[in-house]
Amino acid sequence: MTFPVAVLELYPLFRWLSGVLESFGFSANTVLIISYAVLGVIMFSALSIIALFLVWWERKIAAHMQQRFGPMRHGWHGWYQTIMDAIKLLQKEDVRVASRDKIVYFWAPVICFVAAYLAYIVMPWGKNLIVADFNIGILYIMAVTTFTVIALLMAGWGSNNKYALLGGMRSAAQVVSYEIPMVASILTVILFVGSMSMVDIVTSQSGWIFNWFIFKLPFGPIAFVTYLIAATAEANRTPFDIPEAEQELVAGFNIEYSGMKFAMFFLAEFINMFTVSALAATLFLGGWNGWSFIPSWAWFLMKTFGVVFLMMLIRWTYPRLRVDQLMEFAWKFLVPVTFANLILAAVIKYAGWHW
Amino acid sequence: MEHQISSAFWVLSFVILTSAILLVSLKNVFHCALFMVLCLFSVAGIFILLDAEFLAAAQVLIYVGAVSILMIFAIMLTNNLTNRVIKQTNENGLVSLFVCLSFAVGAIMLISKTHSWNYRANELGHDNSLILGKYLMTEFMLPFEVISVLLLAAMIGAIALARKERS
Repeated sequence: MTFPVAVLELYPLFRWLSGVLESFGFSANTVLIISYAVLGVIMFSALSIIALFLVWWERKIAAHMQQRFGPMRHGWHGWYQTIMDAIKLLQKEDVRVASRDKIVYFWAPVICFVAAYLAYIVMPWGKNLIVADFNIGILYIMAVTTFTVIALLMAGWGSNNKYALLGGMRSAAQVVSYEIPMVASILTVILFVGSMSMVDIVTSQSGWIFNWFIFKLPFGPIAFVTYLIAATAEANRTPFDIPEAEQELVAGFNIEYSGMKFAMFFLAEFINMFTVSALAATLFLGGWNGWSFIPSWAWFLMKTFGVVFLMMLIRWTYPRLRVDQLMEFAWKFLVPVTFANLILAAVIKYAGWHW
Repeated sequence: MEHQISSAFWVLSFVILTSAILLVSLKNVFHCALFMVLCLFSVAGIFILLDAEFLAAAQVLIYVGAVSILMIFAIMLTNNLTNRVIKQTNENGLVSLFVCLSFAVGAIMLISKTHSWNYRANELGHDNSLILGKYLMTEFMLPFEVISVLLLAAMIGAIALARKERS
């Protein structure tokens, strides 16, 4: 019996599942397909719970940084506030613009949502805890996340509203611009590992803490910082949140969306934040490597939530950039710095001045 | 497995051809651009079937992530193009049909005549992005650099055309 690739940590569950299914007389191929479906449901539920938690966490951190309490009413420190919000959004009337582009308007949140979840096929949650280890892993993540941009443009255009259109174009321009420094920072890691597989990237950082890529002096910290800046912009968060800018503008591409469609955009945004944080943890902070008395998935989650916490602190600390400053920062500062860093890393790798 | 691959190929080919025809025949330019995205994305699926994962990812990254988005931007920024149904007629329809057909026939003849290909994607082994990189840096260095210079020249040309002269 073959199981979904490399889910050894969940092996007992899938062995039990395939036993049950085979006793019902399903063929091995069907069992494999059902196993993958179950795995998909597990991932989907885990990510939805994480997204709901992140919304609550963000609100709590924002509140505490501004000397407030934040949500307090529902449960201990309002822990199920976001669950209630989700139920409220589900029940809300789906207000639609009469002159919308029906098909484009409908598919935009769907594509955004699906693109956010697709990245987790190659995400190494822990030792032997990955759905599929593609040999193009990291490139695959970069490729599927570009669909978010298409979804933003579709949302902006499908709403048939000039503010939504401008917002969509603003977001798309920002995401496309910051993708270049992001990929260039990631390339320094790929250059050293010599492979794009996520498992290879993590295992190459095993051993002691100074094998983590962030400690590869001098280019590792530079790559990490530029990656974090570009990732913050990719996730449309302050100081690069001019697409949203709820205090200054009438939001962005999502103003004509309400109810569950809005919730899909909202959840996709938080999933994207978790994705870029998980990538930072995997590429620069050693992924699931750590002392073995703590399980590997716990290390991964700890590092990822640490990066998420950092991004939330940044969000509520710095003022946002104006749109022209945003573009200038990307093209005139980040792109040259990341490319110079990449060349520096290549020279160091070629000369062998590293450990 | 062979059966599933061939059925996947037929589904992908159907999607590619349908979206390509819709791309040139729809009346709404934005919908055309979206069908171009679908068409190019399905081509990436064909690459996956041929074990060329790197090409598939590059296809999505470049064509879906960059080229299509630039075209959508151009559509949105052009006056009188958005929110308007434009008649898609081509006065030289017959000529272009002839050109397309002759190109298709020529390509099919050329492919069917070639019996031994130099490199097959599924013969290159699992990690074919490594081999691709090596070939780009050794044997196919010159064409690669020429294409890069051409792209750079096109980019500079576009900037020069788009830039308004300060009076």
